[in-house]
Amino acid sequence: MSKQLNVALIGNPNTGKTSVFNQLTGLNQQVGNYPGITVEKKEGICKLPKNIKAHILDLPGTYSLNASSLDENVVIELLLNKNDKDYPDVAVVVSDVENLKRNLLLFTQIKDLEIPTILVVNMADRMERKGISIDVPALEKELKTKVVLVSARKRIGIEELKEHIVNYRHLSTEPCLNASSMDPEYFNRLRNAFPNQSLYKLWLVITQDVNFGNVNRNSIGIKEDFITKDDSTLKRLQQKETILRYQFINGALKKTMSVDVNAAKGLRAGLDRILTHRIWGYVIFFSILLLIFQAIYDWSSYPMDFIDESFARLSELTRSVLPAGPFTNLISEGVIPGLGGVVIFIPQIAFLFLFISILEESGYMSRAVFLMDRTMRRFGLSGKSVVPLVSGTACAIPAVMAARNIEDWKERLITILVVPFTTCSARLPVYLIIIALVIPEESFMGFNLQGLTLMLLYMLGFGMAIFSAWVLHKILKIKSRSYFVIEMPNYKLPMFKNVGINVVEKTKAFVLGAGKIILAISIILWVLASYGPGENFNNAREIVEANYSETFLPEEELDELVASYKLQHSYIGNIGKAIEPAVAPLGYDWKIGIALISSFAAREVFVGTLATIYSVGSDEEETIKSRMASETNHILGGPLFTLASGVSLLLFYAFAMQCMSTLAIVKKETNTWKWPVLQLIIMTAIAYLAALLAFQFLR
Amino acid sequence: MSKTIADLKRGQRGIIKSFSAETIPLKLLEMGCLPGNEVELVQSAPFRDPLYVNINGSHLAIRNETARQIEIEILT
Repeated sequence: MSKQLNVALIGNPNTGKTSVFNQLTGLNQQVGNYPGITVEKKEGICKLPKNIKAHILDLPGTYSLNASSLDENVVIELLLNKNDKDYPDVAVVVSDVENLKRNLLLFTQIKDLEIPTILVVNMADRMERKGISIDVPALEKELKTKVVLVSARKRIGIEELKEHIVNYRHLSTEPCLNASSMDPEYFNRLRNAFPNQSLYKLWLVITQDVNFGNVNRNSIGIKEDFITKDDSTLKRLQQKETILRYQFINGALKKTMSVDVNAAKGLRAGLDRILTHRIWGYVIFFSILLLIFQAIYDWSSYPMDFIDESFARLSELTRSVLPAGPFTNLISEGVIPGLGGVVIFIPQIAFLFLFISILEESGYMSRAVFLMDRTMRRFGLSGKSVVPLVSGTACAIPAVMAARNIEDWKERLITILVVPFTTCSARLPVYLIIIALVIPEESFMGFNLQGLTLMLLYMLGFGMAIFSAWVLHKILKIKSRSYFVIEMPNYKLPMFKNVGINVVEKTKAFVLGAGKIILAISIILWVLASYGPGENFNNAREIVEANYSETFLPEEELDELVASYKLQHSYIGNIGKAIEPAVAPLGYDWKIGIALISSFAAREVFVGTLATIYSVGSDEEETIKSRMASETNHILGGPLFTLASGVSLLLFYAFAMQCMSTLAIVKKETNTWKWPVLQLIIMTAIAYLAALLAFQFLR
Repeated sequence: MSKTIADLKRGQRGIIKSFSAETIPLKLLEMGCLPGNEVELVQSAPFRDPLYVNINGSHLAIRNETARQIEIEILT
């Protein structure tokens, strides 16, 4: 048999569905997106007994088939569309033994679609401790299917589950609930019109159509007169359905499951008393944020320095090994540093996702949302937005990726859009040098003025992020969850395998997704800076030598002057000169213009670019600083770097979207160029206006 | 006036009586918030919003505005 078996894993969130998926597929899995939307699609291959291979699809967690979010809608669309290539031959519903009653609601819905369905009761290793006992054969009879007790953590029951998947043809497809009991008259009419369809399926098509309008009604051919139910009748029927299902479940569980309440005293109550405490809860939460911040800001600097040096050495090596020429230059100065610019982010991404997966896996994340919901809600953000916003202070790239954990699309989009305002570490070198240049080293009420300015800039970034979130919340018209119900899952020890797979997946997604764009843009920027039109660029050395023919210059100094001359006459230099009229009102000259453009590769390049233009050989801050201080404004006269132009530059860097890597990751996470382009335009516009106002008022 | 979940003190329990069918999220019902079931307030965030409740074994956080729509009979 060559055809693969299609298996869909379905279940409520927090049932350990992903652990089951990881146990079935191991590293044989891939994560992508559903076409056109930003819901994560996880699929993998599993080897079954009898040499059969199964394609396993890990569907987004959902509480029921009455969709209220994009994630949940994915599940329904698949289950209603028999022509979908992923349409399951067999559905595996994963449930948590401690929440079996609630988890069975979804199970009965899937079963009623007349798809062969296996019930996995996960976390079975906890049963004894919680005083739960289940009569599996009796439950199988009640639910008319196979029930497997599984512990993904301890690898119990996985082989048995595989056996049942292979033998899926023997599973009964008889529904659990008689759908027509919801409204006999209406459903009889439906049955007469479509005698060959599952009633519940028809019902879902009708109701989902009202909510989302995406399900292809024509595939079944429902006529208009069945869709006349108004919203409130629909809602009443859905409530009735829920009550009927719970009646069925209560009946089934009464006969098959018993819970000894006295045995069930858990860790949960004790931990929750501290972790959700109105004072200690916040103290602990902010300590955790501090630790995360420390990790991505400080700890990751060691591997990052190592990566930086290694790529620099590799660059040197290729230059010395390969024959000199444009191709070698492209490799050693364009491609290798470009690759380095991608790899350098890996430590930060890995650290951040290590923490985030531990927080998610352990169940702590929901507590953080509980603590922060009220505060963040006012700005249209989720309690979970706190983690991206804080990690954005180190780097916006892992922060944007961290927004994945926000379920609601509108909250997630707003978080992604505002994160780049927070002061990332790449802005720091720019801030430091400009502050040292234009802010006097004096004290104000006992505070160092320079330090105060730096702090103000951090607050400004954060304030701008929050403020724009609030504005976006008001203007964005996106259908989003209008209610707030969050499950507070049980505390669990994070599983090493799940955390590891998650960190690897996220890193891979960054390198393969955004990495390509970053590499491409850095090569383009390198070409623009290394080549130029006309005589001036090509004969740079001769021209410089001619200019300085009377003075004796050491070889090194001459090289620096040539490099400076070349950059000034390169394509990027010409662009810098071309935009001078645009940046002059901000107090900048064309040299700063060049630095602004090359900052697009990464903001910290600002300092290095100025060093090259001013032909200062080293990146040494003091030398560049004194050189910058002596620079004059050739349009307005007087020094170029004054309080006015300095503040203007600081504000520009605070607000402008000058980071192609961030744009690339936003493109990847939102699945369209629309948002990164808007981000680029709007942020740059804000930066320009702020810098303009600052310069014109202060000059 | 009848009591709602928002009136519970920490650790206090109640039995769900009724709610406005029009405005209550279906999701809440699906998670076990049905008349006759027991509800306990586990913890409340500052300003009593959101509220962390245990409804029929489901541990959930709901906002105060939602909690105020669910009428209960407080058990002492």
